[in-house]
Amino acid sequence: MSLSLLVVVLLGLTILGYYLGKSRSLALAGGKIRGLHSLPMFYGWYVVLWCGIPTLLLFGVWIAMEDWVVRSMVISELPEAIRSLPADRLGLVISDIRNLAYGNIPLDKADPAIRPVVDHYISLRQTGTAAVWVVCLCLGIAGLLYGRSRISTEFRARNRVENAANILLIISSTIAVLTTIGIVLSLVFEALRFFASVNPFEFVFGLTWSPQTAIRADQVGSSGAFGAVPLFVGTLLIAAIAMLVAVPIGLMAAVYMAEYSGPKVRAWTKPALEVLAGIPTVVYGFFAALTVAPFIRNAGESIGLEVASQSALAAGLVMGIMIIPFVSSLSDDVINAVPQSLRDGSYGLGATKSETIKRVILPAALPGIAASVILAFSRALGETMIVVMAAGLAANITANPLAAVTTVTVHIASLLVGDQEFDSPKTLAAFALGLVLFIVTLSLNIVALRIVKKYREQYD
Amino acid sequence: MTDILADTVPRQQPAAALTPGIHMTDAANKRLKARYAAERRFKLIGLAAILFSLAALVILLTTIASNGFTAFQQTHIRLDLQLSAEQIAPVGTTDVRQIMQGNYGAVILAALQKKFPEVQSRGERRRLQALVSAGAESQVGRMVAADPSLIGQSLSIWLPTSSDIDMFVKKQVDTTVPEEQRRVNDAQVRWIDSLKASGDLELRFNTRFFTGADSREPELVGIWGGVVGSFYTLLVTLLVAFPLGIMAAIYLEEFAPKNRWTETIEVNINNLAAVPSIVYGLLGLAVFIGFFGMPRSAPFVGGLVLALMSLPVIIIASRAALRAVPPSIRQAALGLGASPLQVVLHHVLPLAMPGILTGTIIAMAHALGETAPLLMIGMVAFIVDIPATPVDAATVLPVQIFMWADSSERGFVEKTSAAIIVLLVFLLLMNLAAILLRKKFERRW
Repeated sequence: MSLSLLVVVLLGLTILGYYLGKSRSLALAGGKIRGLHSLPMFYGWYVVLWCGIPTLLLFGVWIAMEDWVVRSMVISELPEAIRSLPADRLGLVISDIRNLAYGNIPLDKADPAIRPVVDHYISLRQTGTAAVWVVCLCLGIAGLLYGRSRISTEFRARNRVENAANILLIISSTIAVLTTIGIVLSLVFEALRFFASVNPFEFVFGLTWSPQTAIRADQVGSSGAFGAVPLFVGTLLIAAIAMLVAVPIGLMAAVYMAEYSGPKVRAWTKPALEVLAGIPTVVYGFFAALTVAPFIRNAGESIGLEVASQSALAAGLVMGIMIIPFVSSLSDDVINAVPQSLRDGSYGLGATKSETIKRVILPAALPGIAASVILAFSRALGETMIVVMAAGLAANITANPLAAVTTVTVHIASLLVGDQEFDSPKTLAAFALGLVLFIVTLSLNIVALRIVKKYREQYD
Repeated sequence: MTDILADTVPRQQPAAALTPGIHMTDAANKRLKARYAAERRFKLIGLAAILFSLAALVILLTTIASNGFTAFQQTHIRLDLQLSAEQIAPVGTTDVRQIMQGNYGAVILAALQKKFPEVQSRGERRRLQALVSAGAESQVGRMVAADPSLIGQSLSIWLPTSSDIDMFVKKQVDTTVPEEQRRVNDAQVRWIDSLKASGDLELRFNTRFFTGADSREPELVGIWGGVVGSFYTLLVTLLVAFPLGIMAAIYLEEFAPKNRWTETIEVNINNLAAVPSIVYGLLGLAVFIGFFGMPRSAPFVGGLVLALMSLPVIIIASRAALRAVPPSIRQAALGLGASPLQVVLHHVLPLAMPGILTGTIIAMAHALGETAPLLMIGMVAFIVDIPATPVDAATVLPVQIFMWADSSERGFVEKTSAAIIVLLVFLLLMNLAAILLRKKFERRW
């Protein structure tokens, strides 16, 4: 009797509850809806709530707890010699037992010492599943009967059901807050564990980054160096190159679209620019690594410059192209929001269009443009795939756009891709870097939203 | 208005012509010229900016397309295999596993040698065998295992060539370099030419690319595994994010009192929309895999992470759609005695649905192209099976692209580009659907 079958049975029970509640309410009212406080449908839903919610909660608790309960019961069953093993070895034994129980490993290969434990594990799981079947079914039926017994012609079923729906709405609106809390907690906790082994001061101000920790403690260079300054410098360099590309081009494109182009041209260019924003970043990364980086390298070598094959310029240039639509569409909105009267006033004084734009419109739109630039910068800092594919892992401190640099996001990705134990400083370093990235992008975002909010209603 | 003015105000005498004003001097004319030149320059810069962006887009797309379209065809070679029983099933077995382990390499080599009887030396035999893909043996093995009656018969079949040969036939490698630096030597070139002349070697549609999964050999890879993985991932994302997003938007837009708590939620949603996607990957790794112990590499977990990521986008789009429904609709429904929940569910939500769906499709398109958070939760695994359920280990289309782009073999470049073409086609279809939806159902009150 599997758990998925139980879910189907419980679903059937709630559907049955709906019809029972509906038919009972109609029967009580003698078949006339007029005699009821609410529509019959609401009585059905009321029974569904009583039938479904307690069982759903119980089922969820069981799913969450089952593993832990069975595990601790199995551990108490193990021979003393195995029980006193360190936690990670014990975990291996447990997962062996689990694999044996599920038949992933043939039973005859089992260590005779843990064979009885495996049998015990299997029987525990069977008992647990049977218990959850019985309890869930009983609870469901009891809830159904209780809900049905409360129905009367005077019963305010609609209000009850709507209250429950309201609570559901409130819960789903808090998911956003829970996500933020989840992000902050997971980053902070893992980062704290990282800072327990690495000095935070060294992390923020250290100048060498080489996270390779040795397997044995007495190996040469066994302590990895976790000074993140090279990553910060590389991130800023690539983001700065991207902004040098994206801000002038994006801004001028927005100005042209808003002030010069006719509606027909605009109807084509604006979506075309937005296509640039819709292309997945992994495609940009492939483009940067395959086409742009070799092109820049060849161009540089033909005029006698030494260019790294994974230069910051290639990654920054492509990232800049990706960011153009962010700058242009936000700036476009801001420029369009500048009231026409300001333009007319300027033209009336004899200014040309470009003078009006430079002296009147852009200054008036400056807060919004600044906000869009900040948002674009924050996106450049957090961009991952382009730099993973085009910037490489060399942690250099340099301001030379032709040299190879690396970024925070590249190292978060490279530290966590592949199989690693979950609590080495190497893995935890990724969370510390993630925390820095999160704090910086969040602050930039808050600043941008502040600017927008503060200056938005200037002309209304 | 202007007529009246023209009648009542006496016309200016053409005095300016007699006494040149300050605006008619040479210096003023020069200044005016300079200003008009600046105007033209400025306009040109703006046009250049747009043209640059569009050129970047065109170059990007044409590079991908020109690199990728060749992958839809694959060089195949026709061989007449003698499926003799002693090489495949020496003990006369019908057991599928034993049939799969038959010596198909020898069968293929024998078929090749029949075409080129002059090949004798060991080294030449090896090079001859290298014409055919390493995966051809298991392909024939599967065929025979599916139909054991083939044993003892002869079979004419098109088999994929190895990637080196494929690249050579498609002229994607430099053939002018000396022989020892080439991956295809002169003898192989001769064989290829003679096979071509006899019609036994040609480019055929690459079915495997659309039906297979990942492989170490560029000529054997397929994207179907990634497509199915993406499908499961997006399905989970949609099932989680769409109802949650709508409910949250309804609460915030229709029911929430304006207080500190709802303001906190709003600020939160706006900030979450700007959090880098890789941070969501860290969240998924720490919470879903580390804390709840969910399996790595599973589309289910990937879907949850992408759902959290697209939730703010969906909420913001849904709120905008709800806000666009005029208050008169709500008042009319309330006036007829509907409860606030009925007003929303029966009247406001259906009217806002096109806008909500448009926003959701665009958010899904973004989720489809997302790579970085999925790397964090281990979806970057080498998986040769098509996932059957959302909890099987799988990869998704963009991660597949990333993995192929990382491979050094020349043959992977066209496969990567072709996979990108497929991904872009999917994105295009989704965006087209969103645009059509907006065009068809958009209402302005």
